[in-house]
Amino acid sequence: MSQENILKVENLVMHFGGIKALNDVTFDIKRGSVSALIGPNGAGKTTVFNCLTGFYKATGGKIVLSAAGKETSIIKVLGEPFQVSDFFSPIAFFGRLKYKMFGGSHLVNRAGLSRTFQNIRLFKEMSVVENLLVAQHMRVNRSLISGILNTKAYQKSEEEALERVFYWLGVVDLVDSANRLAGELSYGQQRRLEIARAMCTNPEIVCLDEPAAGLNPSETEALTKMIRVLRDEHNTTVLLIEHDMGMVMDISDYIVVLDHGEVIAKGGPDDIKNNPKVIAAYLGAEEDEEVTL
Amino acid sequence: MSQSVGINFKKSSIDALVAGFLALILFGPIVGVLLDGYGFSAEFGRVAWMVAIVVVGRFVMSCFFQTEKGVAMAFRYANNDEGATVLSPNHKSKMVWIIPLVILVGLLVPFVASKYVLTVVILGLIYVLLGLGLNIVVGLAGLLDLGFVGFYAIGAYGLALGYENLGLGFWSMLPIAALLAAFAGAILGFPVLRMHGDYLAIVTLGFGEIIRLILTNWASFTHGPNGVSAPLPTLFGLEFKRRSKDGETFHEFFNLPYDSAYKYMFIYLILFAVVWAVLFIKHRLVKMPIGRAWEALREDEVACRSLGLNHVLVKLSAFMLGASTGGLAGVFFATYQGFVNPSSFTFFESALILAIVVLGGMGSTLGVVIAAFCLTVLPEMLREFAEYRVLMFGILMVVMMIWKPRGIVRVTRTGFAARKGAVK
Amino acid sequence: MDIVLQQLVNGLTLGSVYGLIAIGYTMVYGIIGMINFAHGDVYMVSAYITAIAIALLTFFGIESFPIIIIGTLFLTVAVTGAYGWVIERIAYRPLRNSSRLSVLISAIGMSLILQNYVQLSQGANQQGVPTLLTGAIRFTVGDGFVQITYMKLLILFISLLGMGVLTYVIQKTKLGRMCRATQQDRKMASILGIDTDKVISTVFVIGAMMAALAGVLVTLDYGAFDFYVGFIIGIKAFTAAVLGGIGSLPGAMLGGLILGLSEALFAGLISSDYKDVFSFSLLVLILIIRPSGLLGKPEVEKV
Ligand SMILES: Nc1ncnc2c1ncn2[C@@H]1O[C@H](COP(=O)(O)OP(=O)(O)O)[C@@H](O)[C@H]1O
Ligand SMILES: [Mg+2]
Repeated sequence: MSQENILKVENLVMHFGGIKALNDVTFDIKRGSVSALIGPNGAGKTTVFNCLTGFYKATGGKIVLSAAGKETSIIKVLGEPFQVSDFFSPIAFFGRLKYKMFGGSHLVNRAGLSRTFQNIRLFKEMSVVENLLVAQHMRVNRSLISGILNTKAYQKSEEEALERVFYWLGVVDLVDSANRLAGELSYGQQRRLEIARAMCTNPEIVCLDEPAAGLNPSETEALTKMIRVLRDEHNTTVLLIEHDMGMVMDISDYIVVLDHGEVIAKGGPDDIKNNPKVIAAYLGAEEDEEVTL
Repeated sequence: MSQSVGINFKKSSIDALVAGFLALILFGPIVGVLLDGYGFSAEFGRVAWMVAIVVVGRFVMSCFFQTEKGVAMAFRYANNDEGATVLSPNHKSKMVWIIPLVILVGLLVPFVASKYVLTVVILGLIYVLLGLGLNIVVGLAGLLDLGFVGFYAIGAYGLALGYENLGLGFWSMLPIAALLAAFAGAILGFPVLRMHGDYLAIVTLGFGEIIRLILTNWASFTHGPNGVSAPLPTLFGLEFKRRSKDGETFHEFFNLPYDSAYKYMFIYLILFAVVWAVLFIKHRLVKMPIGRAWEALREDEVACRSLGLNHVLVKLSAFMLGASTGGLAGVFFATYQGFVNPSSFTFFESALILAIVVLGGMGSTLGVVIAAFCLTVLPEMLREFAEYRVLMFGILMVVMMIWKPRGIVRVTRTGFAARKGAVK
Repeated sequence: MDIVLQQLVNGLTLGSVYGLIAIGYTMVYGIIGMINFAHGDVYMVSAYITAIAIALLTFFGIESFPIIIIGTLFLTVAVTGAYGWVIERIAYRPLRNSSRLSVLISAIGMSLILQNYVQLSQGANQQGVPTLLTGAIRFTVGDGFVQITYMKLLILFISLLGMGVLTYVIQKTKLGRMCRATQQDRKMASILGIDTDKVISTVFVIGAMMAALAGVLVTLDYGAFDFYVGFIIGIKAFTAAVLGGIGSLPGAMLGGLILGLSEALFAGLISSDYKDVFSFSLLVLILIIRPSGLLGKPEVEKV
C-alpha cells in the first residue's frame, strides 16, 4: 500500500465530565516504524490508546487507520449519534444505524490494530494456549455445524490455529508453559503472553501500553529484542507507551511526548533528548535549567 | 487439650451472645408472633429453639475458626482462587467407559422401573435439559439469566397452543419451540446484552414474570389460569391414548392391553435421546471457537473486544442457545404433564434451575447432570421436607458462593500437545 | 378528567413509596456496585413486622391512632434495619472480593431464604391489618370527584419526611460524608481511615429502614400482603432507581415519582391487568435509550 502513514490522529480531544484528559492531540505514525508515546504519569497516554482502540469515544477530532487495504475512521465505526440530515437520506441513516447496532471497538481490531493493556487483562481461568486461540477467533472456522460434526475443514483450521499458537509461544518463550492457566504465570510471562495474544489477531499495528513495567533489566532486554522481531519479521508497526527511557531511546524511530493532554514535542530520539520542554515536563524544572536525560 | 490453648473462649462467648441477641431481634417478631387474622398467637418455643441454635452454632464456629485447622480454612476462603486444572495433552477420560454404561442402564430403565419411578426420572431429565441450557448462559458465558423459566414456558405453551390453534403435533413443535425460544431470547437479549451484566439479571427476571402475567391475563388465547392441554408424542402416527378418533393407537396396533405406562416409556426414550444429543453438542461447543469465546467473555469482556470479538453477538449466541434448550425442555414438560398452566412457570422454577447450575459448578456438564437429579429427585423422595425446598435452595446458593463458587465438580480444561509453530 | 386527576393522586403516593424502596437499591449500587436482589424481600419482611407490631400494640390495649402509628413505625424500622445489617453480614461481606456473578447469585439466594423463611413461619396465606385511619378529602371535578384519603396524605407526608431526613444525613453529617467518600473511591476512603465495611453496613441498614417506612405505609393503606409481595414491588422500585439514574439519591426519588405516576395513569386509562408489563417495558426502554437514567452520570468503563 502506498499510504505512508498507518495512523493519523488529528485534533483528538477527550473530556471526562470536567476532566480534560486530552486537548488537541495530533500525530502521525509511519508504517513499519517503532514509535513511542511518552510523558509523565496522568499525561493522557493511556487515554490516547483507549481512543485509538475505540474503548473511549473521543469527544472530538479524527483518527484514521490505513490498514488491511482500506482507511478506517475509528470514530465512525464506534457508532456516531444520528444527525438531522440522516433522516432525509436513508443511506446515511442505515449506515449509521449499522454501526450503532453492530459497531464497537472490536471493529478497530478487525481493521488491523491490536493492543495490550497497562493492567494486564488475560483470561486468567483459561490456559495459555486457549488465550491465544481466542485471539484467533476471527481467523478460524467458526461454523457451528462443521464444528459439531468435527469435519476435515474444521480440524484443519484448528490445527493451523494451534500451529500459530505455538509459533507465537516460541517467540515469547512460553512453550513450556503452554498448558498452564494464564493466571498462574509470573508477571513478566503474563506481559509477554499478552503481546503474543495481541499478535495472534494478525494486526498491522500493535499498541503496547507499558510493556516493560515491572520487568527486570534482562527481561526488558528480551522484550526489546522481541519488539524488533515484530517489526522486522512481521512488518508490524509498533506504538508503545513506556517509562523506561533507556529502552525508548534504544528502539524508537519516532517519539511523541504528551503532557497534560497536549503534545509538547515529537521527533526522533535525539531531538527529544535535547528538547528543553520535555526535560521540564519530566523533571518539573524551569525551561532554561540544564538537565540531561 | 494442648491444641485448644489458643482458643479464646471469652471472645467466642461474646460472639455467641451478640449473635443470639441479633437472632432474638430478627426471629422474635416473625417467628415468635404468629399472625392470626388481626390477632396473633405467641410461639415463643420456636424462637427459643432458633436462638439457641444460633448461639450454639456461632460459639462452635467462633471456636473452630480459632483452631489451626479453622485458620487455614478461613485463609483458603479469603483467597478463593482454586482455579481449574489443565489436563495433560494425552489425558484419557474415564468417560469413554462410563458413558456407554450409563446409556445401557438408561435404556433399561423404562422396562424395569415402575411407572412412578419413570415419571420421576423423566422430570429429572427435563431438569437436566434446563440445567444444561442455563449452564451455557450462566456457567460458560457468565450471564445471569433469572428469567429462564420464560423460555421454558414458551416451549411448553408452544406445544399446547400450537396443537390447539394450528394442529401441530409434538414432532413438529419440538424444533419449532426451540426456534421460538431462541427468537424470544434474541429479541430480549439484543438490546440488553450490550449493557452491564447486572442489568441483564433484572431484565430477565422481569421477562420471566411478564411471560407468566401474559399467560395468566390473556385468557382468550391462553385460557388464563385454567391452562391448556398438550398432545402426546406419536410413534409414526400411532397414538398413545386409550382410543383415538382419527388414527390407530399404539396398543391396538401391537395388540397389547392399554397401559398408560407406555406413553411415559416413549416420552422417556425420546427425552433420553435428546438429552444425549444436547450433551454431545455442548461437549463439542466448549471446545469450539464459540465456546472459547463465551468463556473468554466471562473472564474479561474488554480484552475480548480488543481481540475483535463482537461481545454482543457472542453473548447473544449463548443466550439464544440456552433459550432454545429451555424451549425443548418446555415441550417435554408439556407433553409429560399433558397439560400446562401458568403456575408451573413461577420465579421459583428459575431459582431451582439456577440452583442446579450453581451446585453443579459453573461450566461443568457432569456437575449439572448430577445436580439436576439431586435437586429434583431428592425432594420427590423426601416429601415431608417439600416445604423447606426453597429455603434449602437459597441457603445452597449463598453457601456455595462463599464456600465453593465453582461448584462441587472441579472444572478441567483441555491440554494441547506441543507442536511445531508456523505462521501461514 | 376526574379519573386522570384521581390516578395522578394515586400515582403520587405510589411513586413516593417506590422512591423510598428505590433508595435502598440506589445506595447499595452506588457504594458496592451490586444489585441487592433481596431488597424487595426486606420490604416484604417489614410488611409482616408492621402487622405484628399493630397486633402487639392493640393486644397491650393501645388504641390511640398516633401512638399505634408511631410505635409501629419505630418497631418496624428498627427490626427491619437489623435485617438489613444481618443480610449484608451473612450473604455479601464474605464475597467482597468475589466476582460480580457470585455476589448476584448470593443475593438471589438471600431473597429465596427470606421468602421461604417468612412463608414457613407465618404460613402461605394472605395476611392483613385492620383499617386504622379512615376518611378523605373530596373535591368535585366536573361531574365526578377526586378523593384523597387521609392515609394517602400520611403516606406523602411520611415519605417526604423520610427522604428529607436522609438527604440531610447524607449531605450534612459526618456519616453522610463517609458514605459519599466510600462511594467515590472505596480504596482511597479506607486508606484515609474510614472503616468502609462499617459504612457499607450502614448503607444496607439505611436502605432497609427506608424500605421499612414504605412497608408500614403501604401495609396500612392497602391492608393485605403475603410473603410474595416483595418480588414485583422490588422490580418496580429497581426500575425507579434505574429511571432516575442508579447511584443517584435524588434520582431514586424522582424515578419513583415518575414511575408511580405513569403506572397509575396507564392502569387507570388503558389496562390495569398489564400495568406490571408496562413498568417492565419502561425499564427495558430506559436501559436501551438512556442506561444512565435521568440524573445518573454515564458510566465510563476504566480500561
Ligand atoms: N474513565 C475515566 N474517567 C475519568 N477520568 C479518566 C478516565 N480515564 C482517564 N481519566 C483521566 O485522564 C487523565 C489521563 O490518564 P491516563 O491516560 O491514564 O494517563 P497516563 O498518561 O498515565 O496513561 C487522568 O487525569 C485520569 O484521571
Ligand atoms: Mg497509563
